[in-house]
Amino acid sequence: MTVPTDRRYAETHEWFLIDGDVVTMGITQYAADELTDITYVELPEVGTRLGMGDTIGEVESVKATSEVFSAIAGSIVEVNAALIDHPEMINDDAFEDGWIVKIKADSKDPLSSLITAAEYESHIANNPS
Amino acid sequence: MSKELLQTPLYDLHVEFGARMVEFAGWEMPVQFAGITKEHNHTRTACSVFDVSHMGRLRLTGDDCEAFLNRICTRNLTDAEVGRSYYSHVCRADGGILDDVIVSRFEESWGIVCNASNREKITSWIDEHRKGRDVELVDETRSTAMIACQGPKTLELAQELTGSDMSSLKRYRFSVREVGPMSIVTYRCGYTGEDGFEVVIPAGLAPVLVPRLLGSKDQPHAVIKPAGLGARDTLRIEAAMPLYGHELSEEVDSLTAGQSWCVDLNKDFIGADAMRKLNDGGLSRRLVGLELDGRRIARQHAGVYRASRTVGKVSSGTLSPTLGTSIAMAFVNADDAAEGTTMEVEVGSKRTAAKVVGLPFYKRGASR
Repeated sequence: MTVPTDRRYAETHEWFLIDGDVVTMGITQYAADELTDITYVELPEVGTRLGMGDTIGEVESVKATSEVFSAIAGSIVEVNAALIDHPEMINDDAFEDGWIVKIKADSKDPLSSLITAAEYESHIANNPS
Repeated sequence: MSKELLQTPLYDLHVEFGARMVEFAGWEMPVQFAGITKEHNHTRTACSVFDVSHMGRLRLTGDDCEAFLNRICTRNLTDAEVGRSYYSHVCRADGGILDDVIVSRFEESWGIVCNASNREKITSWIDEHRKGRDVELVDETRSTAMIACQGPKTLELAQELTGSDMSSLKRYRFSVREVGPMSIVTYRCGYTGEDGFEVVIPAGLAPVLVPRLLGSKDQPHAVIKPAGLGARDTLRIEAAMPLYGHELSEEVDSLTAGQSWCVDLNKDFIGADAMRKLNDGGLSRRLVGLELDGRRIARQHAGVYRASRTVGKVSSGTLSPTLGTSIAMAFVNADDAAEGTTMEVEVGSKRTAAKVVGLPFYKRGASR
């Protein structure tokens, strides 16, 4: 599995890609594969305030329901509304089309405490499900 | 995972075909290949092959087998026909279900297929109750493999591949084909709601025969595709087939679980007195089908409510790939079990509207 190196990760299997002061986030392909076919995504409302570690919503699959956590503080500026009718987009392309929300970060360098692609890869290798 | 996991003879083939392997009842099994929904739909329209070698396969021999099996099984097996299979429950004296099994009458022996999770329990139960009777037990689970070929195209494909017309083999019948010292047993059975077979073959033959059905990773068969336990679960829920640990358990009896058709209350078996009493007094709970609003899935143990009253608990739920709706089975108070009754089901932290519908959710050749 290839883990894109243009972004940072959380050990709870979310990815964060920064562009200016807006951070796009989603869940990793590894997490999507583990969940199996995703059937429902609960999205937050635009404008929702997030603290570090807050839940942004839930991703539900045939097998399980999993919470999605934001590793950064900020406010939601956009949600991927296409996921409402096509939650399987996360399975098909978790790192691009399957993005979940965009967050305007409170701090200047919101990703500095997050792990790199290489660190995330070793995290999933050392913590098999 | 504390215990060493068992692998079926098809383990390497699953890995070759890109399966995601998970632990299930002590076995390392494929949960999915192409994706649960894709495999589900493929089974409903074409032909899928499932490895079900993890299920227990027991062989009973001896003069007292019929009487013994009649004593431990809810189903009446008196004068069971050679070549037929019988779905049955094995229960405790209080009616609690120990397992659901398929009992097959061979010429010189009897076969039992039990759940992987209950193999040790059922083996000990048989050992305990066969004392003093002419009944010998051999566990053939590891020396054989079992695959299920399911879907509307299965019969024609079987004819194409083997040259033999299997359509004369009726439901719940089986045929035995001797290949040298080995035998291949084909059952017209399944757990998907589709037509098809379950085939038991010697373990060593499985990695040779199954690729003849599926092809290889680079040259897969155009129609026959592998499917995993994930699709097996969504298929059986649509067909309202009970699963041990969900609809069936030691905490529930066969009548409450809606399986009275496999119980003969007029014969003597372990659990008969308790079930006769229940039957006379009337059941307090019933297994019903629920159709939920929206796409969210009700999970096992989720509460079922009418206004402020708790009326039951979900046993299984999924988003039905065939119907496109969220479906569940639940045990509810008998007074609240009528079709059309509206309820609320706990989904995540919320409650979702639902109504009681008839079972099964899906029937082959007809849609509700």
